[in-house]
Amino acid sequence: MAVETTDDRVRNTSFVFWSSSKYRTKFYEVLVLGLLFASLYWIINNVVTNLNRLGIRTGFGFLKQEAGFDIGQTLVTYNEASSYGSAVLVALLNTVLMSLLAIVFATIIGFVVGVSRLSSNWLLSRAATAYVEIFRNMPLLLQIFFWYFAVLRALPVPRQSIAFFDTIYINNRGIYAPSPVFEPGFGIVIAALVMALGVAIALRRWARVRQSRTGQPFPVLVTSLIIIIGLLLVSAAVAGFPLSWQVPALKGFNYTGGFSVIPELVAMVVALSIYHASFVAEIVRGGVLSVRRGQVEAARAMGLRPGQIMREVIVPQALRVIIPPLSNQYLNLAKSSALAAAIAYPDLMHVLGGAVLAQTGQPIEVMTIVMGTYLAISLLIALFMNWYNRRSSLVER
Amino acid sequence: MNEAQGAAMIEIRDVHKWFGDFHVLKNINLTVAKGERIVICGPSGSGKSTLIRCINRLEAHQQGNIIVDGIELTDNLKQIDAIRSEVGMVFQDFNLFPHLTVLENLVLAPHLVRRMPRAEAEEIAMNYLGRVRIPDQANKYPGQLSGGQQQRVAIARSLCMSPKIMLFDEVTSALDPEMVKEVLDVMIGLADEGMTMLVVTHEMGFARTVANRVIFMDLGQIIEENEPRAFFEAPQHERTRNFLEQILSH
Ligand SMILES: Nc1ncnc2c1ncn2[C@@H]1O[C@H](COP(=O)(O)OP(=O)(O)O)[C@@H](O)[C@H]1O
Ligand SMILES: [Mg+2]
Repeated sequence: MAVETTDDRVRNTSFVFWSSSKYRTKFYEVLVLGLLFASLYWIINNVVTNLNRLGIRTGFGFLKQEAGFDIGQTLVTYNEASSYGSAVLVALLNTVLMSLLAIVFATIIGFVVGVSRLSSNWLLSRAATAYVEIFRNMPLLLQIFFWYFAVLRALPVPRQSIAFFDTIYINNRGIYAPSPVFEPGFGIVIAALVMALGVAIALRRWARVRQSRTGQPFPVLVTSLIIIIGLLLVSAAVAGFPLSWQVPALKGFNYTGGFSVIPELVAMVVALSIYHASFVAEIVRGGVLSVRRGQVEAARAMGLRPGQIMREVIVPQALRVIIPPLSNQYLNLAKSSALAAAIAYPDLMHVLGGAVLAQTGQPIEVMTIVMGTYLAISLLIALFMNWYNRRSSLVER
Repeated sequence: MNEAQGAAMIEIRDVHKWFGDFHVLKNINLTVAKGERIVICGPSGSGKSTLIRCINRLEAHQQGNIIVDGIELTDNLKQIDAIRSEVGMVFQDFNLFPHLTVLENLVLAPHLVRRMPRAEAEEIAMNYLGRVRIPDQANKYPGQLSGGQQQRVAIARSLCMSPKIMLFDEVTSALDPEMVKEVLDVMIGLADEGMTMLVVTHEMGFARTVANRVIFMDLGQIIEENEPRAFFEAPQHERTRNFLEQILSH
């Protein structure tokens, strides 16, 4: 402060550091992160010390121990003697199966209902509106209970099953259908199927190149279907129809043999699909409405047919608007699948939050696994949808 | 009218149209000869857009006949398709497809509707982009162009279908003043080549120099119809005079 000139410079530099919003923001970021980690460390340290003092086990060693309980639906080999680790895997697969099926159905129903709402057919658009307003305005848990208790559990007992063609049986314990039994020689049919699919893909590519070169379209879909069905029939005939069906039969208290689906899965998939489809429908409707009217008019004025306008003009523009909120909806669906615990469908939430938690008495570890797994599922969905979004919105506006 | 110029390209006879209860077109009669340039003007809401949109069936009329190049417009989809591929239309707000490049915008209809090989369609497209003086923008997206450039692309896109008739609906109204001229120049070029044109516009300079006939519409009716000189210098009807005063006063 003695010599004016140098003093000014010094004051200026320090002034620059604090006035630069870039440095200030960085400083606060580091400060907040530091405080966060310090408090996390403090909490975890405290918890572990306390648990050790109380003599409660910690760590994930229990995963290798025998679980000792059975699970009602297993996609991989599992029995009472399997480990807790296997139980986690079974539960995870059950969650994935339920979520995937529901995502597929919710998407299909949602697109149909969303487009129907825009239809000029009065009855159709009103029906679609009613669908959306009814199913998105009632609690999901209520809908799950409705499908499970009021519909599926209210079905007749196995002895009085509802039968279709004496091969498919429906009762309050589940749905029973014939399962295919592959006999020797079935490999030929599979080989034929692979070959037919290859031909179909090649045909599609050829037709695209040809249309680009000559302008002439080619009926790819119909031709492919004929080739696939034809090759399948011929190969099956050659191999002597190497496929038989194992039909479920009433044995004791229930049907055995064949293919069965437990009512808990059906209730969950139906409830999740129908509930989330009402949101998907709104997303789809918004996407289609976002395409300006003039776009369709310009396409019509150039002589494009309705199908071509849909494919070339509306869908590509609507998809860009649809995909981001649609990914959000898929994330919601996957997370809301945890409500399965309420009707004891053996998903992650039910198996880990129920039997595993009760038997191990290690809530922190068990909940960490559940949280980590849901997080991983969500991240996978987000990653896939981001990839798809990038792919469909590569082009600029 | 100008029967000397050739056979009728468009014939509109006693046409009426309603939107619900609203009588939007009232007893319209208009014959457009091949190569004729018609300018349609009139106050907003008088039915100018509706009239030219009836010519390519973006709107359907309920009474009377519209015959385009010998094909009558009815509910017959084949005939509608045939007419649409002969009639080009350019809109006030361009309506280019934002997800396609300029070139793809131009190739789409010739390739899918005319079943033209892609390479050939691209060659024609580049040719028209040259004519509207923006061949260097072929691989850009519409959103990257100025309004005037977009409108020129839209004109080129219509021309790629080699139409016999071009409809223009206030194509310079959404443009900044400095871009109006570049679009009008393209339209003047088209007129010089003998294109049959129906132009809804308030650009009276364009009407004076390019039009064979000017039509004034009000409340769904054709009020007055004359060659430009007489139309501007000696309008017959009170309403036409009022309209011209308003439009020419600024
Ligand atoms: N699709 C429609 N439904 C109902 N009324 C319409 C529709 N399109 C236009 N109109 C009405 O018809 C009248 C004429 O419209 P338009 O032909 O666009 O007039 P202009 O192009 O001369 O301004 C206006 O009053 C307008 O509100
Ligand atoms: Mg208009």
